[in-house]
Amino acid sequence: MTTTATAPELPDTQAPHPPRARRRRPKLPYVLLIPAIATLLIGLGYPVTWQIINSFKEYGLAQQFGQPAEFIGLQNYLNLFTDAQFWTIALRSVVFMAATAALTMVIGIAFALLMRAIPTWSRIVLQVSMLLAWAMPIVAQMTVANWLIDDRNGVVNYLLTLIPGVDFIGHNWLIEPLSFFGVALTIITWASVPFVAFSVYAGLTQVSEEVLEAAQLDGAGRFQTLRMVIMPIIRPVLVILLLLQLIWDLRVFAQIQLLQDFGAAGERYDLLGTYIYGLGIGQSQFGAASAAAMVVLALTIGVSWGYVRRLLKEDKES
Amino acid sequence: MNRTLRAAGAALAVILAAVWAFPVYWMVNTSFQTPAVINRLTPTFLPTGGNLNNYRAVLADNDFVAALGMSLTVTGIVLVLCIAYAALAALAIARFRFRGRTTFVLAVIVVQMLPAEAMFIAQYKMLAGANLLNSVIGVSIIYLAMVVPFTTWMLRGFVAGVPIDLEEAAMIDGCTRMGAFRRVTFPLLAPGLVASGVFAFVQVWNEFALASIILTESQKATLPLWLRDFAQTSNLGVTEWGQVMAGSVLVAIPVVVFFMIVQGRMAQGLVGGAVKG
Repeated sequence: MTTTATAPELPDTQAPHPPRARRRRPKLPYVLLIPAIATLLIGLGYPVTWQIINSFKEYGLAQQFGQPAEFIGLQNYLNLFTDAQFWTIALRSVVFMAATAALTMVIGIAFALLMRAIPTWSRIVLQVSMLLAWAMPIVAQMTVANWLIDDRNGVVNYLLTLIPGVDFIGHNWLIEPLSFFGVALTIITWASVPFVAFSVYAGLTQVSEEVLEAAQLDGAGRFQTLRMVIMPIIRPVLVILLLLQLIWDLRVFAQIQLLQDFGAAGERYDLLGTYIYGLGIGQSQFGAASAAAMVVLALTIGVSWGYVRRLLKEDKES
Repeated sequence: MNRTLRAAGAALAVILAAVWAFPVYWMVNTSFQTPAVINRLTPTFLPTGGNLNNYRAVLADNDFVAALGMSLTVTGIVLVLCIAYAALAALAIARFRFRGRTTFVLAVIVVQMLPAEAMFIAQYKMLAGANLLNSVIGVSIIYLAMVVPFTTWMLRGFVAGVPIDLEEAAMIDGCTRMGAFRRVTFPLLAPGLVASGVFAFVQVWNEFALASIILTESQKATLPLWLRDFAQTSNLGVTEWGQVMAGSVLVAIPVVVFFMIVQGRMAQGLVGGAVKG
C-alpha cells in the first residue's frame, strides 16, 4: 500500500487544530490489518497462486521427483474438458448439489411454516431436536449413519424388515452408486434442514400481523396468503438460503470421503471433491488436479456471487 | 386456526422431532450397551441395563488421548490467534475509511465461500515444501486462514455496535486511539468475542477434509481423524459399535454444548437483516 505516500498534504491552516485521526490519511488501520492479511496471504494467497500457475504446468510424478515442471498452456484444462469421466463427475456433482439443496429448502420451509402454526411447547420440542442434529460434527454424523445402516445389526434394516413382505436384513446401502448417493443426500439434508428451518422461521416472525389481517380482510384464503403475501416478503431470505445451500452442497468432500472410507470406494462413487483428491493426493498429478480445482473454484464463485454482492451492500450501509 | 388443526400440527411436530433426533438418540443409546446386546438381531431401543464400559475403553485408548491432545492444541492456538487477528482487523474496517478497505472486505467475504477441496492440493504442496506436513504449525496456519475471515466479518458487526462516542470521550480524557480501543471498546466486545470464538472453535474442532490430507501420521491425528480410523479399523473385524458410538459422543459433546450457548445467533449471523428492506 504505497498510496499513503502520494496523499495530498493538508492545508497549513488546519495544523493548529488538534489532529483528528479520521481526517488524516491514517496509518493505524493498515497496521491493524497486518496480522489478518499476512495470515490470508500465507494460508490462502500463496497456495491459490501456486495452484493457478501449476494448472498451466506439466506437474506429475516425474516432476515430483525433480524434473522441472514445464508450462504447457491450457493443456491441463483441455485434457480435463475432453475427459468423459470428468464431465460425468462434474454433472453428477451439480445434480447432487441441486437435488440436495432443493430437498433441504422444501423441507426447511415446510418445517418453518409448521413451527409458526403450532403451540409453543411443540415448537420448542421440534427446535431442540433440530438443534441436536445441527450440532453433530460431520465425522460423528457419518459414523452414526454408518451404524444406522449397518447391514446386519443396523436399525434401519431392522425397521424396514418389519414391513410385511420386505426383507432388508443383510442389505448393504453403500454398494449400489445410486443408493450410496441417496444415503449421502439423506444425511446432508438431515443435517442442513435445521439451519434453513430456523432462518426461514426467523424471517416469518418479521412478517407483521397487520399485513396478514389485511390479506384476510381482502378475502385471501390461507394458501393465497402464503403464496401472494408471505412468500414475497421473505423472498430475500429464501434466495440467500438457497445460495448458501448450493455452495455448501457443492463442497461435500468430507461426507463423501467418509462414506467411501466406510463403504465402497472408486470413481463410480466420486463427486468433484473426492475426484480432485484422488487426482492430486492419490495419483500425484498436481497439474491436472490444480486445473480441476480451478474449475470448482470458478463454479463456487459463480454460484456465490449474488451472496457476495449482498454482503458488500450490507457493509456499505453500516 | 381451529383447534383440531393445531393439535394435529403439534402431533406432527412431535413425530418429526422424534425422527430428527433419532440418529443422535441412537448414538447415545448404543454407546451404553454391551457388545452382546448390540449384536442381537433385534435392536434394543432403551439403554436399560447398559454401563459406561464403552466410555472407559475409549478413554483408556492411547490414540484417543493423543488425538484429544492434538485437537486441543491446534484448536487452542488457532482460537487465540484468530480472535486477536480478527479483532484488530474488525476494528480497522468498522472504525476507519481508508484506501483498500473495500478490497479487503471483498477478500474477506469471497474467501469464506471458497471450498476446501478447491485448494487443499495447493495447501498440501505448500506445507510439504516447507516440511510442515504432520505438524501442529502447518495445520494451524491453514486453519487460521480458514477462520480469520468469518470471525473478522462477525466481529465487524459487534464493533460497529459499540458507539464511537465512547471512544472519543476516552480520547478527550487523554487516551490514545489504541488506548481507547483497549480500555473502552474491547471490554464491550466480550459477547461478540465469545460468540465468534465459539464459531471458530466449532469449525476447527470439526474440520476433517484438510486434516485428513495434512495429518497423515496416526500420532498426529486430530479427533475427527481418530474417530474415522477408530470406526474403520474396527470395521475390519467385528465392529465394536458401542465403543465407536461412545467415541462419537465424546467428539460431539463440546460442539453440542457450545452450540447451545450461541444458538440464538447461529441463524442471525448469516442471514440477519435480510428482511429489513
